[in-house]
Amino acid sequence: MLTSSRRQRIDDLAAGGGAPDAGVSLAVSAWRRLRRSPLFLVGAAIIGVFVVMALLAPWLAQHDPALRLLDDQVSRARNEIPPAQPGHPLGGDQQGRDLYSRMLLGSQQTLLVAVLATVIGLGGGLVLGTLAGAIGGWVDSVVMRLVDVMLSIPSLLLAVSVGALFARQTQFTVILAVAIVQIPIFARLLRGSMLAQRASDHVLAARALGVRRRAIVFRHMLPNSLGPVVVQSTLVLAIAIIDAAALSFLGLGAADDSVPEWGQMLGRAQDVIDSHPQLAFWPAGAIITVALGFTLVGESLRDALDPKNRR
Amino acid sequence: MTRLPAARLRRLAAAGAAAAVALSLTACAASERDEGDGAQSGGTMTFGAAGAPDLFDPFYASDGETFRVTRQMFEGLVGIEPGGTELQPELATRWEPSEDGLTWTFTLREGVTFHDGTPFDADAVCANFQRMFNQTGAGQSQALSYYWTQSFGGFADGATPSLYESCTAQDPGTAVIELTRSTGEFPGLLALDSFYMQSPAALERYNANDVRAQGDGFVYSEYAREHPTGTGPFRFAGYDEANGSVELARYDDYWGEQAELSRLIFQVIPDETARRQALEAGEIDGYDLPNPADWQTLRDNGFNLQIRDPFNILYLGITQKNNPALADLRVRQALAHAIDRETLVSATLPDGAEVARNFYPDTVDGWTQDVVEYQHDPQRARQQLAEAGQQNLTVDFHWPTEVTRPYMPDPQSIFGALREDLEAAGITVNPVSKPWNGGYIDDVESARAELFLLGWTGDLNSPNNFIGTFFSAPDSQFWTQASPWGQQLSDELQAADSEPDEQRRTAMYEELNRKLKAEYLPAVPISHSPPAIVVSEDVEGLVPSPLTKERFDTVSIGG
Amino acid sequence: MLRYTVRRFGQLILVVAALSVLLFAWLRSLPGGPVSALLGERATPESRAQLQAVLGLDRPVHVQYFQFLGRAASGDFGVSTGVQPGDDALSIFLQRFPATLELSLLAIVLAVAAGIPLGYVAARRRGGWLDNAGVVSSLVGVAVPVFFLAFLLKYVFAVELGMLPTSGRQNAGIDATRVTGFFVLDGLLTREWDASWDALKHLMLPALALSSIPFAVVFRITRAAVLDVLDEDYVRTAYSKGLTDTVIRGRHVLRNAMLPVVTIIGLQTGALLSGAVLTEKVFAFQGVGEALAIGFERRDYPVLQVVIIAAAMVYVLVNLIVDLSYAVIDPRVRT
Repeated sequence: MLTSSRRQRIDDLAAGGGAPDAGVSLAVSAWRRLRRSPLFLVGAAIIGVFVVMALLAPWLAQHDPALRLLDDQVSRARNEIPPAQPGHPLGGDQQGRDLYSRMLLGSQQTLLVAVLATVIGLGGGLVLGTLAGAIGGWVDSVVMRLVDVMLSIPSLLLAVSVGALFARQTQFTVILAVAIVQIPIFARLLRGSMLAQRASDHVLAARALGVRRRAIVFRHMLPNSLGPVVVQSTLVLAIAIIDAAALSFLGLGAADDSVPEWGQMLGRAQDVIDSHPQLAFWPAGAIITVALGFTLVGESLRDALDPKNRR
Repeated sequence: MTRLPAARLRRLAAAGAAAAVALSLTACAASERDEGDGAQSGGTMTFGAAGAPDLFDPFYASDGETFRVTRQMFEGLVGIEPGGTELQPELATRWEPSEDGLTWTFTLREGVTFHDGTPFDADAVCANFQRMFNQTGAGQSQALSYYWTQSFGGFADGATPSLYESCTAQDPGTAVIELTRSTGEFPGLLALDSFYMQSPAALERYNANDVRAQGDGFVYSEYAREHPTGTGPFRFAGYDEANGSVELARYDDYWGEQAELSRLIFQVIPDETARRQALEAGEIDGYDLPNPADWQTLRDNGFNLQIRDPFNILYLGITQKNNPALADLRVRQALAHAIDRETLVSATLPDGAEVARNFYPDTVDGWTQDVVEYQHDPQRARQQLAEAGQQNLTVDFHWPTEVTRPYMPDPQSIFGALREDLEAAGITVNPVSKPWNGGYIDDVESARAELFLLGWTGDLNSPNNFIGTFFSAPDSQFWTQASPWGQQLSDELQAADSEPDEQRRTAMYEELNRKLKAEYLPAVPISHSPPAIVVSEDVEGLVPSPLTKERFDTVSIGG
Repeated sequence: MLRYTVRRFGQLILVVAALSVLLFAWLRSLPGGPVSALLGERATPESRAQLQAVLGLDRPVHVQYFQFLGRAASGDFGVSTGVQPGDDALSIFLQRFPATLELSLLAIVLAVAAGIPLGYVAARRRGGWLDNAGVVSSLVGVAVPVFFLAFLLKYVFAVELGMLPTSGRQNAGIDATRVTGFFVLDGLLTREWDASWDALKHLMLPALALSSIPFAVVFRITRAAVLDVLDEDYVRTAYSKGLTDTVIRGRHVLRNAMLPVVTIIGLQTGALLSGAVLTEKVFAFQGVGEALAIGFERRDYPVLQVVIIAAAMVYVLVNLIVDLSYAVIDPRVRT
């Protein structure tokens, strides 16, 4: 939950993106700095491996993750879970399914959770934030009060409430629960960034030249707000994975686990964590690594885009 | 599994940077434990509870965590033999029914006093029954007086007929209870925790009947919160809500053998893993219903794990309301043939679990070996579906999340196994999962499910407590009224329960069990699973009870 | 200034009002409900209907809401049905809030005690191994799911090493007098040292788990702030004046770097409340978070309503105080 210092950080970010005119040169100089940053390179490498793994998973995995191939080695009575063995390098899970294949295919769902949650959160935030920031006036007041209400609930509680709302818990309800928490953050971020620009020289100039409001919003203000949004999105990719795991831990994960997801695997491993730690450690390690990857990239991007660092 | 022995890890830690702190902390913990163990007379046992007790007035309670506490403080007229399910004398030494089974004469134990010093006599017995019978308002709600409404039915206002007629104190040592009809459950139902004897003086003084609905919940009386007063071996000493711990103390004027323990503490630890770890770390001395997956580990680590005889039933529920195909006996028989209960029991249920032949375990009256058994036979299942014209049967199969029950330790894997079996017989299964309290119970009880998983833990050794509870109402979760025999089954159950002659009653139940399997099959009985209880090795004298009615007065804690 | 304060308080009331409406409707639209939780598998259609009626849950939601408002006006926020049945929901919050506060405060203390010195040293030796190690550990700290960290800590320090207790707030065998509800403080007030020490031991592991994210944030902010201040003219001047390192460190650098750090600490409240739900569940710690988890499981509407609204109010209030202190420092905010 990086959402920690929320409003403060959101607004700081927004102000950082407010530096107009510099669009291209900022990107170029940022890229120059990023290339030299070891943190960024490590993060990018992790993400690269993760994405490749998710894409190739169907070919790399030797077994169907839903099949109880090692069923006969599972015994609840004797607390037996299949150990590593030829053909099953990581052994099986509580239901005798191949852990290696589940880990590999789990990367797909995990990537899906991260990306979809971020896209939905960003999309919702984009609509609300643009409305508020571009139009201002009473629209701004109403939207921002709504955003404040959402922000006033600690993020996990909001996610839990949303998650519990659905009659059937599926991967999608988890994604939605995680995403909704992000909407107010993106909204506030975009609004702040746009407000900063409304008063800026190039927007004033465009207005003086008679450019229509819609054109100003979409051609000038939105593109210039992208920097902070990209930073926040990268961080949210990490948050989404961690929050999804937390929801699973609280029993609000997807009920059907025939399609594996790392957070769900970790959540389900909690009652055998002492006797069969591998069931928790593999997904936990994967989640931590990938979340770290996104965080590294996000933080390096933030540093690189920070005008203060352009010296 | 690579587990370093604790001692070795301890040495490693001592070598580390935090050595000083680590040592002082360990030393401290050890010294505390020593004090606890070597206590003067009796000592203290701390038992881990899964939830906070609702209140301490057993009459208004219906959950296991509450009864676990009140059971140590209260006693009934009739008791249950330790380790079994048979009745034995408790506060009454003898009881005698009249010919018609309507008048029951109880001879009371002498020299018994309540914790407040008032005597236990026939007047006290009748005061208790009058109090229960005269509930009004919120006190009549099933959420509070569940066991009364289940066992005795209505109240003094006569809105619903009641089993209870009157109570007379013939002399201080003899109480006579009259019933309005005969039932096989009496006097066994007096062994239910809710009907244990409470001090009439304390009930009166602390307004025990002062329960009311307020807003969305119930407010309990001062008696129920702070002054429960019974005759049992332990008395109430305090409830520290902020710390989630209930403390009981030995009652020194107990009529029987005094409790070994001087203090008995129940510590609430809602998380199952946390309970086990608290036991392993020596913070608690025992807890109930350990996860079957942990049984072996607990035994290996030297804990005293006791497995009770199973006294429950898990069944595959069938609702005949929504899917007309399920109202066809051949389809239900096909379901029974499709599922492989032997494998299910051995793979997903704990040690000692059994495949169920009847809808209740064999220790209960009327159980019979002589019922139709549906062997696992997918071919046969397909054939029967074809005969019924249901080759392409599709069913919604509901299963719960966020719950474990003693009869259903792991709903997900039970569902998983059944689903595969059904699909192997050519049935299309539509899985529907919901949280137990988040829609599952709602769906099942309003007959919205088609197939579902549910079960029951018996309260008392009576067939009516099982099959009567399940099938008496034709509009229940099974919706038996969709079949022509729905009402008939209900009547037959009523007739069997009302039969005063024990032998005839048993025969009637045996016949009912045969018909339930062969002709009705409103659900498919699956299994009986044994629940366990675990204590540390220095706890002695715990007698596990199939009804999970353990009393801790025989327990001692040694060094 | 006064107008600004009044306006912000007005907003607070609006937010709480809106939240209460949304929450009320939201909870009641969740599948299941207290009736299922209270009756379990022992219910019949009749008993369910009867209980619905007794609890007033059969009425339309808006009617229920106005009844709730009416009772709330007289200080009655409902009675718990699942967490501690029969208890007043507000008193459950008041009884558990000190636990969570105690936990959060210790987490913050740990985060600050580690984060500020480390952040300072990291900034002074920018690019050194300590700096890099600090940066990486703060990033990893954020990437580890809180509940998993809690599990690990508990397993190693409580279960295997037996150094600290596994769960709860205090050993039930200790006779402790309750005064304020803050167990550590109570022990100090009543001179029951063992009670206080025992409560502190119970706090250590959950607080450590909870402090991972605040630590990361405090470390990073301190490091950045110190770097900024080191660059400022007055610090350069101080160096050029030949002031000793210690003096500069104490007088200029740390003091000026503290401001953003303090702000951030205030803003961590929300994250702490979220983390508390997870941590308290792992350690069976009788705080607000645990009440929420059980409340959701058993559909305890009154407790959920009170706890979520109260948590939101605490969060908004802390933010308000931070904003107000900003307004004092930076007059531009007051507009």
